[in-house]
Amino acid sequence: MIVETGHYALVLALALALVNSILPVWGSLTGDRRLMAVAPQATLIGFCLIAYAYFALTSAHVVSDFSLVNVVENSHSAKPLIYKITGVWGNHEGSMLLWVLVLSLFGAAVALFSRSMPEDLRANVLAVQSWIGAAFLLFILLTSNPFARLAAPPAEGNDLNPLLQDPGLAIHPPLLYLGYVGLSITYSFAAAALISGRIDAVFARFVRPWTLVAWISLTLGIAMGSYWAYYTLGWGGFWFWDPVENASLMPWLAATALLHCTVVMEKRQALKIWTIFLAILAFSLSLVGTFLVRSGVLTSVHAFASDPTRGVFILLILVIFIGGSFALFALRASGLKQGGLFAPISREGALVLNNLLLTTCCATVFVGTLYPLALEAVTGEKISVGAPFFNLTFVPLFIPLFILMPIGQLMPWKRGDLLGVLQRLRVAFAAGLVFMAVLSAWRGGPAVSVILSGVALYVIVGSFVDLWRRLLGGGVTLGGVSQRARGLPRHAFGTAFAHAGIGVTLLGLAATGWGVERITSLKPGDRVGIGPYELTFESLMPRQGPNYSELVGRTVIRGAKGEVVARIEPASRFYPARGMSRAEAGIATLGLGQVYMSIADPAANGAVNARIFWKPLVALIWLGALVMAFGGCLSLSDRSFRVGIARRARKAPAPSPQPAE
Amino acid sequence: MNAMMTRRALILACLVFLMPLGARAVQPDEILSDPNLEARARALSGELRCMVCQNESIDESNADLARDLRLLVRERLQAGDSDDQIRTFLVRRYGDFILLKPPFKLETWLLWGAPFLILLAGGCVIFFSRRRRTDLAPPNSLSEAERVKLQAMLDEDGS
Repeated sequence: MIVETGHYALVLALALALVNSILPVWGSLTGDRRLMAVAPQATLIGFCLIAYAYFALTSAHVVSDFSLVNVVENSHSAKPLIYKITGVWGNHEGSMLLWVLVLSLFGAAVALFSRSMPEDLRANVLAVQSWIGAAFLLFILLTSNPFARLAAPPAEGNDLNPLLQDPGLAIHPPLLYLGYVGLSITYSFAAAALISGRIDAVFARFVRPWTLVAWISLTLGIAMGSYWAYYTLGWGGFWFWDPVENASLMPWLAATALLHCTVVMEKRQALKIWTIFLAILAFSLSLVGTFLVRSGVLTSVHAFASDPTRGVFILLILVIFIGGSFALFALRASGLKQGGLFAPISREGALVLNNLLLTTCCATVFVGTLYPLALEAVTGEKISVGAPFFNLTFVPLFIPLFILMPIGQLMPWKRGDLLGVLQRLRVAFAAGLVFMAVLSAWRGGPAVSVILSGVALYVIVGSFVDLWRRLLGGGVTLGGVSQRARGLPRHAFGTAFAHAGIGVTLLGLAATGWGVERITSLKPGDRVGIGPYELTFESLMPRQGPNYSELVGRTVIRGAKGEVVARIEPASRFYPARGMSRAEAGIATLGLGQVYMSIADPAANGAVNARIFWKPLVALIWLGALVMAFGGCLSLSDRSFRVGIARRARKAPAPSPQPAE
Repeated sequence: MNAMMTRRALILACLVFLMPLGARAVQPDEILSDPNLEARARALSGELRCMVCQNESIDESNADLARDLRLLVRERLQAGDSDDQIRTFLVRRYGDFILLKPPFKLETWLLWGAPFLILLAGGCVIFFSRRRRTDLAPPNSLSEAERVKLQAMLDEDGS
C-alpha cells in the first residue's frame, strides 16, 4: 500500500511541478504578485511529495518487498540493513529518484533561504527549477518507474552488485548528486536572469553561495568516489579517466571556473556574458553526465541503439534544456552592457586566464570522453581514449594553473604589478626549489615526481602568502594578529585553504612516483619487505559474513626495528547470491602513506597471489580534497553571503566588529 | 526441496566456474625474470585496453582475456620484438580499439588537436574582445573627487 502512495505522490509532484512551471513566470511577466507567491509554496510541497516517494521506495527495500521489480533486482533479504538503504540509489530507477529528490531539495532551500531576493527573480528561479523537475519526473514515471510491481513475486531477490556493498557507496552518490544536481540552481538563476533581463552584481551575489555549496559537495563526492575505487578495485588505482568519472569531473571544472568568474562579476561588474554562459554550461555538463551514465550509451553504442527509450528521453531533455537556454542566451547576451575595464595584468586578467585554462581542460575531457562514441556512430570505427591521452593533454593544461594560482591570488584588481607580485611570492618559489633540491638529493626517483612536489609546495606556501602579509605584515603583537584575523573576511581564509588543498592533492599525486609494488605468491609464514616495512603473512582463514563468505589473509606489518606497527586483513570475498567475488584490500595508513595489500584466491598448493604496495603520502590526495572543501565552507560562512547581513555590517561602526562565530 | 537442491547446485557451479575470475591483474607466475623486459611489459600493458572491460588496461584487469594478452605481450618481448612491433601486431589483430592512447591519424586529428584548438580559439576571443573594448572605451572620465570616493568604497569592500 505504501508503495502505491509513493507512486501517487510522484504523480502529484509532477502535476504540481507543471503548475509551478507556468504560474510564477506568468506572474513575473504580468507583475501579478499573487501568482509569483505560488512558487515557494508549490516548491516546498513538491519537495515533500518527492521525499515521501523516496521514503516509500526505501521502506520497500528495507522490508524486502519482493513484489517490487526494483527490490527483486537489487536486494536480498540477507543483505545488511545499511546496504538495503543505500541500495535504493545503487540502481537506475532509485538513483533517478534521488536525482529529483536533490533537485527539489535545492529548490526548497532557495524557497526557504532566499527571502530577501527580488520577488520576480525568485519566482523565475523556482519556475525554471520546476521545468527541470517536471522533465525528470516525467522521465521516471514513463521510462524508469521504481514502483513497478510483479504479478508473481519471487521468494528471494538477486542482491546488489557486491562492488556496491560498501560504506563508500553509502556516501558517494548522495554527495555527488548534491554537487551535480546542485548546479541546477545556478542554471535556474541564469535562465531566470535571462528571462527577467536582470543580469547584474545582485545576480552574481545570489548565485555564488549556491555554486559554492554545489562545488563543495562535488569536490567531496569526487574524492569519495576516487577513494572508494582505490580500495575496492584491488590494485590501488584511484583515477581511471573513465567516462563515468569524467562525467563528474567536467561539471567540477566548470563549477570551479564559475566560482572564480562570479567573483569578477560581483566585484567589478565585468564578464557578465561569460558568467551566464558558464552557469548554463556547468549544469548542461551535469545533464550530459546523467545522459552518459544513465542511457547505457557508454557500454556500447549498439546497446544504446537496441533499447533507446531511456537514452532518447534524456537526450530530448538535454536538447530542450541546453538548446533552450543557449537560445535564450543568444537572444539576450548581445544586449548586455559590459562592466568595469581592467588591464591584462590584474586580478581580473588572472581570473580570465584561469577561466580559459579551466574551460579548455573541461573541453578536453569532454572531447576525450565523447569522441569514441561520436566516431563509432559516424564511421563505425572503434577507438579507445584512455588515461595516456588525458595524461598528455589534460595534465599540461593543468600545470600552468598551479603556477598561476598564487600569483592571481596576490594580484590587485584593475591593474597589477607582476614583478611586485612575484617578489612577494619569493618565499613560495624558494620553498618549492629547495624542496625539489632536497628531494632529488635524498630520494632521487622520477624527475616528474620531484618537479611536481616542488610545484605543490610552492602552491601550498603561495596560497598563504597573502594571509601572512595581511595578518603579520609590519610586525605586530599576538593580540594584534588575532584582531586582524577577525577583521579579515572569511573568504580570504577560504581562498587560501581551497588553493592550498589543490597543492596538497598535487603533492599526494606527485608522490605516487615513489611508490613500491610487489607482486608475489605467499604462503602462511612468508615475509615480504615493502618500502620501509616488512610484512609477515601469518595465516589464511575462512570467515563468514552476513551475505558473503571470505578468505582473510592475516598480515602483520613491522617497522625497521621489528616492532609491530599495524595489522591488516586483506580478503577475497564471495557473494553467493550473484555468484560474484571481489577483493577487499587490507590498508594500513602509516603517517600519510599507506601499505596496501590485496589477495586473490588460493592456488592448489595453498599459496595466494598477492599485490602489495607501499604508497608514500598517498593519503594527501584525498586529504587535499578535504582541505579544499574546508576552504569552501569557510568562504560559505563569509558574512557577505549571509543575505541581508552584509549591508547592516557595513553600516556598523568599525571598532566593534561582528564576533567571529 | 528440489528447488533448494538446484539452488545449491547453482551456487556450486558458480563457485567452480567463477572463482578463477578472482585472479587479480598481473600474477606472480606471469612476471619475467629479466627486470628490464618486465618493466617494458608493464609499461606496454598499461597502454593496452582489455577489450571486454570498461576502460581498463590489461595491466589492471582481472579478466581472462587480459591475462592472455599480458602473456602474449611477454612472449613477444622475449622473442625480441620492439614495443612498436608488438603494438602493430596487436592492432593488426584487434584494431585501434586496443590502444588506450589513440594513434594520430585522419580520424583522430580532431581529437588530438581539440585541446590546442580550443585554447587558441579562447585566447583569440579574449584578445579580440579586449581590443574591441579598448577601442570603444570612453576616456577616463572620473573627476578627482569621484576617484577618491571610489577608492574609499573599494578599500571598504575588504579585498
